[in-house]
Amino acid sequence: MKTRFFFDRQTVLVLSFLTAAAVLVPAMNGLAAPGSALHLPDHIVPLLGKYLCFALLALSVDLIWGFCGILSLGHGAFFALGGYAMGMYLMRQIGPRGVYSDPILPDFMVFLNWKDLPWFWQGFDWFPFAALMVLLVPGCLAFVFGWFAFRSRVTGVYFSIITQAMTFALMLAFFRNDMGLGGNNGLTDFKEILGFPVQAGSTRIALFVLSVAALAGGYLLCRWVVGTKFGKVLVAVRDAESRTRFLGYRVEHYKLAVFTLSAMLAGVAGALYVPQVGIINPSEFAPASSIEVVIWVAVGGRGTLVGAILGAMVVNAGKTWFTGALPEFWLFALGGLFVFVTLFMPNGILGAAGDLWERSSQKLRAARSPKPLTHAAE
Amino acid sequence: MTAPVTPALLYLDNVTVSFDGFRALNALSLAIDHAEMRAIIGPNGAGKTTMMDVITGKTRPNEGTALFEGSYDLTTLDEAAIAELGIGRKFQTPTVFEMHTVEDNLLLALQGARSPLAALLSRRLARERERIDALLERVRLTPNRHRRAGELSHGQKQWLEIGMLLAQEPKLLLIDEPAAGMTDQETADTADLLREIAKTKAVIVVEHDMTFVRDLGVKVTCLHEGSMLAEGSLDVVSANERVVEVYLGR
Ligand SMILES: Nc1ncnc2c1ncn2[C@@H]1O[C@H](COP(=O)(O)OP(=O)(O)O)[C@@H](O)[C@H]1O
Ligand SMILES: [Mg+2]
Repeated sequence: MKTRFFFDRQTVLVLSFLTAAAVLVPAMNGLAAPGSALHLPDHIVPLLGKYLCFALLALSVDLIWGFCGILSLGHGAFFALGGYAMGMYLMRQIGPRGVYSDPILPDFMVFLNWKDLPWFWQGFDWFPFAALMVLLVPGCLAFVFGWFAFRSRVTGVYFSIITQAMTFALMLAFFRNDMGLGGNNGLTDFKEILGFPVQAGSTRIALFVLSVAALAGGYLLCRWVVGTKFGKVLVAVRDAESRTRFLGYRVEHYKLAVFTLSAMLAGVAGALYVPQVGIINPSEFAPASSIEVVIWVAVGGRGTLVGAILGAMVVNAGKTWFTGALPEFWLFALGGLFVFVTLFMPNGILGAAGDLWERSSQKLRAARSPKPLTHAAE
Repeated sequence: MTAPVTPALLYLDNVTVSFDGFRALNALSLAIDHAEMRAIIGPNGAGKTTMMDVITGKTRPNEGTALFEGSYDLTTLDEAAIAELGIGRKFQTPTVFEMHTVEDNLLLALQGARSPLAALLSRRLARERERIDALLERVRLTPNRHRRAGELSHGQKQWLEIGMLLAQEPKLLLIDEPAAGMTDQETADTADLLREIAKTKAVIVVEHDMTFVRDLGVKVTCLHEGSMLAEGSLDVVSANERVVEVYLGR
């Protein structure tokens, strides 16, 4: 019983896929000769790393939406906050190498004529502190927000709407220069992370591998959580909330716990995303971004964890292709995809694949034993 | 804990619930003893379900007293706290966790710690398994143990929900229309099951089906427009002129 979950078929699949990515991507980028068919160009590595971060974000949304029925349309905010925490660390690493060569203040503060580093920037030059904030800032916001929302029993579409309002409000706040986080330009021009140059190929490979590890860790954590009795209570809340209450469970405590955990996972995804794309700005808080995440999960297959990873990868690969080839059609394609999935594949790609598998294996079984009835009669 | 003001297990006094001026319960009083079974009858809209909502903390009364074991004020506690005091409830429409297996439905209902942390760290115990085995036997679902609850027939879901109530080990069971949608045989079996449960626990059964109520053979309370109309044995209650009027007059 103890080791059973390691042998779960989907887990094996996810871990094999991620291991392969962690080996093949560095090998194809570093070992294969440039120009050969196997060579992976430098600019593709952070792009793939970005997909992994999105997959982790999608996983965090699936944990609450797929398993507990909490449809958050504000998870982009937790992702962005994790990203800002990492961005603040990266800004402090620039030191005197900025345009204005101020040893302490980031360029935008010098530009705004600020004399001192604001209090909330203190400590961010120390990586362990920044890493802690990557978890704590999204986690605390989710805890406070969730505490009020779940205690007042805000559910369903009302909850979704207030999460949209939350991320929109944060976007407006982060756009302001006096917020002290770079205003609409956000945080960028990073130089070093833990002493390694952010732009260097080797650093990008390392960040990619770290993203793989984070996604694998996030997946295993979620898989463990949903396999426990706690996870069973989450599903119970999703399917029959009042039944769960009358059994004596404090539903709001469960929702709060899983919502906070999910926000922290989203924060980690954001923190890994920022050094790979090289910038974090308030547009990450845009309400539409949070809605997109939900579409990834729906496309992949809600409530399966694997589906969230799959959906994030497929949709974002599609987005990259579309925005290169037919940029003006991307939003229509995304909308169309969502409508298609909702109408024809209610359980997403994974559900549709599962049905196909079921049907073909039934046919196979039928073909193998052509006359089971007469056989049994003899 | 203050000294009990009443020896009754459940004590409702002068309970009024109004929805925008409409009185779903109107100065209702009711007392249930330890290990008593009581049948509640009354036409649709009489307030039977609303009464259960008040007892389980789903609805707060505008007026009146609701005490459990003479000292717990049910009007101030939430659903989870009331469940932990030992009041279990079966809904009017069978409500089970459709995506969970029959076994997991019972596991979730089993008495035990209810906090998120306890659930996260809980391990399957042999004692729990034995308890589930016994419950499955009792509600005749042993062959369906690993099936999803959503695949069960209507009658089986009703029984599973009763099984979940038993798993909670409550002192008082509130059972809303258990025979609805059941075949005659299932109805008779359900009456047997409830009679057996009532040997050790207090039970309140709401039911429309008169044969079923007669089968139970217990004291009957008839509600009408949120108040008690008559109380006594089924024969006494059904001979009551006003009860006849309410039932036949509609
Ligand atoms: N939440 C509510 N809001 C408004 N009216 C309600 C509500 N719940 C019940 N009622 C009304 O209260 C009356 C009693 O309902 P109920 O207790 O369900 O009756 P019963 O279970 O005896 O058939 C009905 O007229 C019903 O319409
Ligand atoms: Mg009713």
